[in-house]
Amino acid sequence: MSDSSEASPSSSRPAFWRNFGRFLGNAALESLDGGKLFYVWMFCLTAVFLVGANAWATQVRDGMALSNMSDHVSWALYIANFTFLVGLAAGGVMMVIPAYLYHDDEMHDIVIIGELLAIAAIIMSLMFVICDLGRPDRFWHLLPPFGRLNFPVSMLSWDVIVLNGYLFINVYICAYLLYMRYLGLTPDPRWYVPFVFLSIVWAISIHTVTAFLYCGLGGRPFWNTALLAPRFLASAFVSGPAFIVLAIQVIRRAVGRHFGDGPIRTLVNIMRITILVNLLMVISEVFTEFYTGGAHTSSARYLYFGLHGHNELVPWIWSSIFLVTTAAVLMLLPSIFTRSWMLNLACVLAFIGIWIEKGMGLIIPGFVPSTLHEIVEYRPSAIEWKITAGIWALGLLIYTLFIKIAAGIVLNRTKMHAIPDEPTAADASPSPVPNS
Amino acid sequence: MSSDSNSGCGKEDCGCVSRRTVMKGVGVTLGAAAFARAIAPLTEWAQNISADEFLQKHYKELSLIDLKVVLRRLEKETKEHYGADVTISDTKPQEGVKFGYALNLSVCNGCRKCAEACHLENNHDRPSNQSYIRVFEMQKGSMDMEQGNAHYDKPVPQPDKFYMPVQCQQCEHPPCVDVCPVEATWKEPDGIVVVDYNWCIGCRYCEAACPYHARRFNWTKPVIPKEEINPDQGYLSNRIRPQGTMEKCTFCLHRTRNGRLPACLEACPTGARVFGNLLDPNSEIRWVLEHKRVFILKEDLGLKPQFFYFFDS
Ligand code: SF4
Ligand code: SF4
Repeated sequence: MSDSSEASPSSSRPAFWRNFGRFLGNAALESLDGGKLFYVWMFCLTAVFLVGANAWATQVRDGMALSNMSDHVSWALYIANFTFLVGLAAGGVMMVIPAYLYHDDEMHDIVIIGELLAIAAIIMSLMFVICDLGRPDRFWHLLPPFGRLNFPVSMLSWDVIVLNGYLFINVYICAYLLYMRYLGLTPDPRWYVPFVFLSIVWAISIHTVTAFLYCGLGGRPFWNTALLAPRFLASAFVSGPAFIVLAIQVIRRAVGRHFGDGPIRTLVNIMRITILVNLLMVISEVFTEFYTGGAHTSSARYLYFGLHGHNELVPWIWSSIFLVTTAAVLMLLPSIFTRSWMLNLACVLAFIGIWIEKGMGLIIPGFVPSTLHEIVEYRPSAIEWKITAGIWALGLLIYTLFIKIAAGIVLNRTKMHAIPDEPTAADASPSPVPNS
Repeated sequence: MSSDSNSGCGKEDCGCVSRRTVMKGVGVTLGAAAFARAIAPLTEWAQNISADEFLQKHYKELSLIDLKVVLRRLEKETKEHYGADVTISDTKPQEGVKFGYALNLSVCNGCRKCAEACHLENNHDRPSNQSYIRVFEMQKGSMDMEQGNAHYDKPVPQPDKFYMPVQCQQCEHPPCVDVCPVEATWKEPDGIVVVDYNWCIGCRYCEAACPYHARRFNWTKPVIPKEEINPDQGYLSNRIRPQGTMEKCTFCLHRTRNGRLPACLEACPTGARVFGNLLDPNSEIRWVLEHKRVFILKEDLGLKPQFFYFFDS
């Protein structure tokens, strides 16, 4: 985006909006182009998504009784994934900050990978919320002026606003930058830099507000801790960069062009710190819970050691601790920069570890034991796993298409003059991307 | 698209559609068709939701005429879905009334007649044996709920136990109301926290927020045999709740606002329950509050419940 050639900012203003529809169509068609591996990947994701869509439709028809949630554990796998994905979306900002605040040029060139991740992750988290609603047909009750959004009292209404706001900001920035590039114009900083800075603040806010959803509930001591929001952020800034590093590795392989060594170095350096901060916070929380003891620790005891013979979560949380600690050790080794298998492994471990910790490891102990100290355990039902897999598949599908569109435009494959009914010399220019 | 011109009919710029584009079109069409198949259960579900129901406004925005129409529609729907003839009314709160409830733990014997009466009065789902009241068997000498047990099945009362029923405490500062993102639940002027079952989106945030485990969700469409349905129903209380929405104890407002007593109180064989108007200095509940050693659950949370417990002493 930064090295825009043939820039003529003043030319063709009226064409600016006229061509936007064509840009979208062009991008959509372009995004569906690819090699065999690409089609297999898309086919698999679509299949999983369809299974999930069917499971969801069945759940809406027959009721949430098909899930294993109950009046005791009333939020579970869906909200766990929602929470994690909000973090993932916020984690995208860890590319934006070096790129724009510290003028890291190499990062600047590929910052769109993080911004697009934010979009995909927010779409997924909103889908998880929709799947958690008993009456999705009434979602319009949230939309003023037809509905009655309980703003500013309900934290959930804040969350609705900040999540959608973050989605719009990122969609706008990405669409603007890509469209300008598509037109062959230089993006005007006045039209996007303020929004980039807004998105940095906003990224922090989405995860803070999501943490406030839980820590604002006085009746649930496991969540009612001031450390929750900072812990959320620390873990988000591990899972986000971990995913982006993996995405960069895959894109590098697919696009066959070398970029991103510098950005990967930056992201690993960020994770080295955030993963330790995250572990430190886990330790402080565990210390306060267990050193003093008392009734308030039942949830933590349930999570880490099991309570009165109930220990559904114990293997989960310990595997999470093991995964994150291993990832931390790997990341601290200097050879992480030279051995890409090690880097990939560390990112995968960290990602899964945080997924457990910020998902089931956070949500379920909030409900076990219940507010009246009853212990009712929870294990996701088949339908919950299907819906979850379906949303993840759709998210990956969306992200793949986004990245393809962006790559096509950034690598000058998709551009204004390449439209079939307006053939120009640009058509014949060799594409840097191997096609099919 | 730029590369497509190479994979079409072979001639450049001939204008014909490339094979690749056709394949993409076929792929997308097949995908869309499969998607339509996958979400087919939604259409079956939507058949049970009328346009009027979908578009119904929030309770507080309904004019008197709107409300009448809604009540008649709901009666008709109950007839269609459950085969029962019911009357759904909407009695408003009375001026100068604030309801309070007190419970004498010294005489409660844990028979759970209150929970059973609640189940019948409020048209609860039969298979799950739902009720707004949970009765805990507690160890004498301790108020630690962790020692309590809601699933006791020995004859009652056991000598070393006491019994503590818990239901919605109708908090003065109800967290369940604060958290609701769509104002589907609120506190009425007579102190009763209600839910508009036709406005709730089923997010269950209120259930997470309630420290007394007082809310119940309709995980499925309630199953009740036609002849067991209580036909005396209130819009904000015991009418049959739709699938996917939240419900809770309303101090039987369809009864109490008409001068009757809550079903749980009428069913209690030991006289452990006292109900009345907190604003009336001559009410029995005021007498209890003034003469007994009264306490409330989880006072430290500062929610100021209107549900009180006391011991004879
Ligand atoms: S007891 Fe629970 S449901 Fe009842 S008013 Fe208080 S918070 Fe709300
Ligand atoms: S479940 Fe219904 S009443 Fe409860 S917070 Fe959600 S919308 Fe409000």
